[in-house]
Amino acid sequence: MPARSDHSRDIDIEFRGVSRHYGEIRAVDGIDLSVPKGTFFSFLGPSGCGKTTSLRMIAGFEQPTAGDVLIEGSSVVGTPPHRRPVNMVFQHYALFPHLNVFDNIAYGLRQRAPRPARAEITRRVGETLDLVRLGGFESRRVWELSGGQQQRVALARALINKPTVLLLDEPMAALDRKLRRDMQIELQTLQRDVGITFVLVTHDQEEALSMSDSICIMRHGRIVQAGGARELYDEPVNRYVADFVGKSNFLDGTVADTGASGAVLRLADGRTIAGRYTSTATPLAREAKACIAVRPELVSITAAQKPAGGMAVNAPARVKNRIYLGEQTEYLVAAEGLGDILAMASKTSELASGGFSPGDEVVIGWPESAALVLAEE
Amino acid sequence: MMKRAGIRSGNGVTAMLLLPTTLWFLLLLVMPLVVILVFSFGERAPAGGYQAAFTFEQYLNLPARLKAFTNTLTLAPLGTLICVLMAYPLAYYLAVRAGERVKVMLLVLVIVPFWTSFLIRTYAWIYILGGRGIPQLLELVGIEDVRLINTPTAVLIGIVYGYLPLMIFPIYVSLEKLDKRLLEASGDLGASPWRTFLQVTLPLSAPGLVTGSLLVFILLMGEYLIPALLGGGKVFFVGNALVDLFLQSRNWPYGSAVAIGLVAIMMVAIAIYLAMVGRQQARDDVSLV
Repeated sequence: MPARSDHSRDIDIEFRGVSRHYGEIRAVDGIDLSVPKGTFFSFLGPSGCGKTTSLRMIAGFEQPTAGDVLIEGSSVVGTPPHRRPVNMVFQHYALFPHLNVFDNIAYGLRQRAPRPARAEITRRVGETLDLVRLGGFESRRVWELSGGQQQRVALARALINKPTVLLLDEPMAALDRKLRRDMQIELQTLQRDVGITFVLVTHDQEEALSMSDSICIMRHGRIVQAGGARELYDEPVNRYVADFVGKSNFLDGTVADTGASGAVLRLADGRTIAGRYTSTATPLAREAKACIAVRPELVSITAAQKPAGGMAVNAPARVKNRIYLGEQTEYLVAAEGLGDILAMASKTSELASGGFSPGDEVVIGWPESAALVLAEE
Repeated sequence: MMKRAGIRSGNGVTAMLLLPTTLWFLLLLVMPLVVILVFSFGERAPAGGYQAAFTFEQYLNLPARLKAFTNTLTLAPLGTLICVLMAYPLAYYLAVRAGERVKVMLLVLVIVPFWTSFLIRTYAWIYILGGRGIPQLLELVGIEDVRLINTPTAVLIGIVYGYLPLMIFPIYVSLEKLDKRLLEASGDLGASPWRTFLQVTLPLSAPGLVTGSLLVFILLMGEYLIPALLGGGKVFFVGNALVDLFLQSRNWPYGSAVAIGLVAIMMVAIAIYLAMVGRQQARDDVSLV
């Protein structure tokens, strides 16, 4: 047994330089992370980024080729899945088709030695079914259930074992949009109620952002940025994160001037635009390739006759497309010298301006604080 | 009205689709069975064959062929059991563990023997089990006086050799269909690999196991060639008795009674087996087909 580190009581999962290589393919390539107890943690990234492999190393289905995985401060490298204090909700639930709902949920308890008494199992299964709001479904066959119900059974089957960490592998992938939203809220509530650490794997940034306390964005087996939803959205470390999390307008250029807190970029047509560095970024060198990122909701759109005041950038533009999204309106405009720019107008600003139609001449702009100077990678 | 007409023409198509099978079934299965049933209550004509009568004499004589029945009823289930025990690990290896290349190679090896006549392959076993085969090899290492050919063991070896592929394929298919994530889920929930096998793999491969064992058992009950060649007239099945009665002594009514006896035993055995499996299914909620 390796020595338990001091902070082990507060850290449920820890990766120390963990790699998983398959021959030449580096599925996970030297990552370090720690997940504090009681956190809702997410691995976020496109398929093949290493997020699922990372999760499977926590579950014990994969072993790292290098580095150490610790659960509650103890190394679990070499420990088989059935001896780990974690349980998983599988991507397509992997419910046992030959067992009914009760037996599926009781499965984990029945593997214990000594096996709990029959009455105890019945009581715990009933409790857990109530927790996932499936009371009375005990004798149903799993293939008779809807996707949402199957997911609840999968959750109950894992939670009944009172794991240290609950692992969730794309649990929403098989649900339709409305149900997914409901389950996200439910899962978040459930996590607070049971108080255990949840580790989620998803490629859906909205899902990760809305549910997690902490998110780890991965790419090519490495961590690009880890932090809270707000940090990732407002202070992305580079263009990849800004692009992956939410929508952004990107203007490519080279660094013309640089300071401690911001830089001026020269665009292809010679125009210069100033922006700030994010708190997570390292300052760039002069002449380095970089980009300015502006979130669409920070782009103001006003009638050509009355440009908004206090903007660092003001550019005449013509409305190309308008999409009414209910709570806000999305405009795609062709801005002079800047190319196509996406702007989100809130309901209030729409009411004030009266809205615009395709073909209208407008002025777009943004304050300097809205322009983020980001490295390409 | 339109709807009714539609249904009627649909019925017509169904009837036409089923007609060939129905004729086949009536002509080639039901009719011969009826003939055999009628024969079994008849008498042997003086020159052999059948002579109309109504007597239970043939059935009362069945105990005279008891040895054929006991041989069949011990060696067929035993052969089926050994086939299950040998086929399951191989099928499991093929479906769960083998890499793609090894799998294809082994599957081909299982099929290859079918390219040669079964008769020839069984003749080969006569040599292998005969005095200059395995017994001679055993003598080289000091084990003497081993007799294999014309013993129940020889028949059993022949049976397992011949019928193993029929057992491997259904089990392989059901294991191949098995969702491997269920095995991970079981491990994740705390089950050791052995318990996972007992609680997930085995129940979910039951359909293949049932199909394979029924297939092998039914065919074995009617087996004739293997006991004839490897049993050398000493270890004979009901099938051999039938050949003997119909072709040698030309006692058709007695042969018919023996045949009916075999059919009856087989039906009872299969009914019991399916009832057992069915009860298991009801208990475990396993879908078997």
